[in-house]
Amino acid sequence: MSIVVKNLSKQFGNFKALDNVSLEVPSGSLLALLGPSGSGKTTLLRIIAGLDNADQGQVHYENEDVTHQSPRDREVGFVFQHYALFRHMTIFENVAFGMRVRSLPRSEIQNRVHELLRLVRLEGLHKRYPSQLSGGQRQRVALARALAVKPRMLLLDEPFGALDAKVRQELRQWLRQLHDEIHLTTVFVTHDQEEAFEVADRVVVMNKGHIEQSGTPQEVFDHPATPFVMDFLGNVNVFHGRVENGMAMMGALNIAYPDYPHAESRNATAYVRPHELDIERAPFGTSSLEASVTQVNPAGSVAKVRVFSKEFGLALNVDLNLERYAELQLKPGDLVYVAARRARVFMPPAADYAI
Amino acid sequence: MHSIPKHMPTSTVVSASRGRSAQEDPWWVRWTLISLSVLVLSVLVILPIANVFYHAFSNGVAAYWNNLTGDRETLHAIQLTLFVVPIAVCANVIFGVAAAWAITRFRFPGRTILTTMIDLPFAISPVVAGLMFVLLFGAKGYFGPWLQQHNIQILNAWPAIALVTTFVTLPFVARELIPVMEAIGSEEEIAAISLGANGWQMFWRVTIPNIKWGLLYGVILCNARAMGEFGAVYVVCGRVIGKTETMPIRVNTLFEGGTSETYSSSFAVASLLTMLSLVTLFIKIALEHKTQADLKEAAQTHQTE
Repeated sequence: MSIVVKNLSKQFGNFKALDNVSLEVPSGSLLALLGPSGSGKTTLLRIIAGLDNADQGQVHYENEDVTHQSPRDREVGFVFQHYALFRHMTIFENVAFGMRVRSLPRSEIQNRVHELLRLVRLEGLHKRYPSQLSGGQRQRVALARALAVKPRMLLLDEPFGALDAKVRQELRQWLRQLHDEIHLTTVFVTHDQEEAFEVADRVVVMNKGHIEQSGTPQEVFDHPATPFVMDFLGNVNVFHGRVENGMAMMGALNIAYPDYPHAESRNATAYVRPHELDIERAPFGTSSLEASVTQVNPAGSVAKVRVFSKEFGLALNVDLNLERYAELQLKPGDLVYVAARRARVFMPPAADYAI
Repeated sequence: MHSIPKHMPTSTVVSASRGRSAQEDPWWVRWTLISLSVLVLSVLVILPIANVFYHAFSNGVAAYWNNLTGDRETLHAIQLTLFVVPIAVCANVIFGVAAAWAITRFRFPGRTILTTMIDLPFAISPVVAGLMFVLLFGAKGYFGPWLQQHNIQILNAWPAIALVTTFVTLPFVARELIPVMEAIGSEEEIAAISLGANGWQMFWRVTIPNIKWGLLYGVILCNARAMGEFGAVYVVCGRVIGKTETMPIRVNTLFEGGTSETYSSSFAVASLLTMLSLVTLFIKIALEHKTQADLKEAAQTHQTE
């Protein structure tokens, strides 16, 4: 069941939670809505589920317009960040709830609950109460409960946000496996880019109520469409400068930029990830930047080096792989040369400019 | 998988040491305070209560029983109370749940004013409350002439007694439910809706089980207060013996009756009301424990999540 969202807008008082958002979730895919808090991702999810109403726009499931349908008629499974399990009911009754309110026959409920508890690996815990389970177990119960009503799609609101790092990691992989088994169209909201990239087929990056970029994790990571996406997906070094004649001149850093072959000079900003910078002891390449090492931290999977260029008053973060770090033997105070293997240049939209 | 500790130590216990610690008062201060409390409680609470039972039973159990059941007017007063109080309690449950729901589940202008208004009946003297209804429904009141024309009796009859009793006890249920519903939050209710429950199913299967102890606690307090209400009822009931007397009014009538017979009868009825308060007290303690546990659990789930 695919989901199509057309021109959704939603306002809370003076705050624009969603501003003309359109989105398509292909049938059977696992899509992540990624963004900082206040970006509108949870509002979008709740409107898709029917738990909130949009001021404008439509929601379609496949070819059916569900914009004005109640959550009950939409038949979606929703998983809440804080689980929202029914505290006075056993695990069995929690999972059975959706079937009970639909008055399904007892034997069917019995079978389906046990089947689902097996699926989420909680067999034998059906007599417990939610308060007797760990966070990870509770979230799996919430998932089983959502799946019990045979939903047309699964919507998860920051499903692992309240769990500690190790359990989160486990559940992520498990969600991916589960999705590969049952192929239910799934949308989940997260502010954790690592989680989005690890689990999802498609990632939609949101900011201030609109979609910045959508695509496969690879596409989004390798070709960020906007400075916001670039910045949100990890650490970046930012260079300000100009572009002209197919070159980006960032003062400290000059690189080819064939996308802009015009003679007229324009302001631009270049973004370089820490692992895209190289360090040498001697000048190298066409334009390497002289800097001194200020900080070295080799603890972790990469060595994090911080350098400072006196000439441009610019501090840069460089990630070196550990072999390279061992070769260079960097110490604070060392004089080094830095150059970028790769950079992304963004030009601010200018009203007076036309190609 | 890690489990969440159910009981977290909330304070460290200061190890007992010989001699006086800094927070401890000298022995004579402690003993003066304790004796004073015991003395005040004895004189103002225990002694009078014991005295009620002493007077009620002074002529033996048979006389006590005869005092309660031998007199048709007294029996009628008990019946009237048992008829009016459930009406007031039911009205309070409906109003209390609705008000608590509105206040904890919606954000609307005037929400804080509504919260304050709920407490208003506590601040108004019951006599004044009774007068307010006389001014509304009395012969010279706003609705009086209209009611008379249509032959509807409100004042000097049970409808007025039910009305003022409801008014006086209005805050009990709502005040109990608001903190409970606030602490529990609406997440489970939204989850029920997302699972396909309609509003009615959500209310009975999710909301009510979550608030049941708080609700029952409110009902018990409301019931005790409703049965004991004197001032407001005194103003509106007309005090027609054998017709519009409730138990507290009957106690008063008998007490002022002048003979030693009515005197001991009045203590018999009073002892019945006192027993009710004692039962209420015990149920209250038990329920308080349950609601506190509910609130604690709600707080804990919010903390760990």
